[in-house]
Amino acid sequence: MINHFSNNIWQEAWEGIKKNARAKIASYVLGFMFIFVILGPLLSSYSYDFTDWSNLAVPPSLSNGHFFGTDSLGRDVFVRTLYGGRISLLVGIISTLVSLCIGVTYGVIAGYVGGKLDAIMMRIVDVLYALPFMFFVILLMVFFGRNIFLIFIAIGAVNWLDMARIVRGQTLAIKNKEFIEAAQVLGVNQWVIMRRHIIPNLLGVVVIYMTLTIPQVILVESFLSFLGLGVQEPLTSWGMLVKEGAEDMQNMVWLLAIPGLFLATTLFCFNFIGDGLRDALDPRDRT
Amino acid sequence: MIIYTAKRLLGALPTLFVLISVAFFMIRMAPGGPFDTDRTLPPEMEANLRAAYHLDEPLYQQYGRYLSNIVVGDFGPSFQYKDFTVTELLWTGFPVSLRLGIASIILALFFGTIAGCFSALRQNSKLDHLVMTLSMMGISIPTFVIAPLLILFFAVYLGWLPAGGLGSGGVVNFILPTVSLALPQIAYIARLMRGSMIEVLRSSFIRTAKAQGLSIKTIIIRHALKPAMMPVISYLGPATAGIITGSVVIEQIFGIPGLGRFFIQGALNRDYTLVMGVVIFYGIIIILFNLCVDIIYAYLDPKLRK
Repeated sequence: MINHFSNNIWQEAWEGIKKNARAKIASYVLGFMFIFVILGPLLSSYSYDFTDWSNLAVPPSLSNGHFFGTDSLGRDVFVRTLYGGRISLLVGIISTLVSLCIGVTYGVIAGYVGGKLDAIMMRIVDVLYALPFMFFVILLMVFFGRNIFLIFIAIGAVNWLDMARIVRGQTLAIKNKEFIEAAQVLGVNQWVIMRRHIIPNLLGVVVIYMTLTIPQVILVESFLSFLGLGVQEPLTSWGMLVKEGAEDMQNMVWLLAIPGLFLATTLFCFNFIGDGLRDALDPRDRT
Repeated sequence: MIIYTAKRLLGALPTLFVLISVAFFMIRMAPGGPFDTDRTLPPEMEANLRAAYHLDEPLYQQYGRYLSNIVVGDFGPSFQYKDFTVTELLWTGFPVSLRLGIASIILALFFGTIAGCFSALRQNSKLDHLVMTLSMMGISIPTFVIAPLLILFFAVYLGWLPAGGLGSGGVVNFILPTVSLALPQIAYIARLMRGSMIEVLRSSFIRTAKAQGLSIKTIIIRHALKPAMMPVISYLGPATAGIITGSVVIEQIFGIPGLGRFFIQGALNRDYTLVMGVVIFYGIIIILFNLCVDIIYAYLDPKLRK
């Protein structure tokens, strides 16, 4: 689908985003979200697990310093939402990196070696593709404990299939280029060719594809947290805050609305950017 | 056509085998057993229990037994619901989940297709942008945020619909869960449909039809709809998987006694056989459904029909 693998893929991607008004706004909002989530807690004088006994379950207000109100335990929703955001975004990025490592290694080997090995490896991907992977993530979480490192790995480990397919396709396109042939003639080791010459050349596509994976991963994490199988107290994530909010929504709607809004906005921006990138890099004119 | 079907059917077998094996070994490898309670059982009793459930046999023997039982549709006894077999439990939960799932798919197909066509015909207009932004919201807002908000609005504030449970099993109880489950799929299908409809409308046979002076309505219904539906049909496989996964959360939120709830309950209670039963059962459904979709696709697409 995407035939360019030089450095100007970055330029092209950026040009595409700048031309697409929605994607441009989305990337600014997302950038702001990252900064806000990292620096925002400094604006508040409360910590994320502090119980404010004099302000239990108060709605958002500026006067008492609880900008987004407090929950029934008197914890500050503003700070908790931002801390939850840190965890959600962190899971999104790290799990995507895990899936990237597995997918790139797998795809490059399948594509470069080719032949029977390629056929077998891709058949395995097809088989795994049909499995209801969410159920396996849930099983992993239930049986091996709700550990944040396990979340990174479990989600990453089931999300690499698309990445492997894309990387394989790119590898097939690159491996017949002259510079690879030259390296082969010079007797460069196969592994070195893959690592030094093929992987750097497909990184652009891979990183752009990451933009599409991150929101999926954030969604999976919040899904798990919502079921009570994600991160554990005192840590929190957007999914967990939404779950807590849904339990108390009749009297304290802000507990549901605020983390829900943050989560939805983030996913919304990622999806718009991904859409813009796809339009920009897909040679077929779709607009 | 028959050869193609048989080939695809054979191709699904390894997937099924992997599914069952992964589920089996993952659960057996997990720490903690189904009989771990706060009270420690006398060793003789525990040994008896383990023997009764064949947990004292070597792993490969348990595996073989499980495989051969599944072939005849026997998922073994439930570890927690002592008086029921897993198969019985599956059949209690499945009709409820099936009803929910089918209603959602129909809803998603209907509204998704219409919204997609609507947008495609007004490409790049304000209305098109509005529909596409709405659909992006539908994709981006998770079901577990939408569902509580819908409950809050329609059940708590307006009091029009019940907030949860099945009541007497009437249609009213299914409205909110079905809509919440269908929303992301409606959004996705609308985007897919818009893209493919735009492409079809540009093709030469549509231009010919236009040149012949056919009305837009006839062109869409008689000529454009079928080819434009192809990507939507091949998306039905992933859509089913999405709806099944989503129903786990929806059943939890609305307190609907379907398979998804059994799954979460079973997982939390370490009810090995029940959890494996649900995973395998859903896996089989997804695989079979994908198979049907592939066959329908091949049947509809003249290029694949040989």
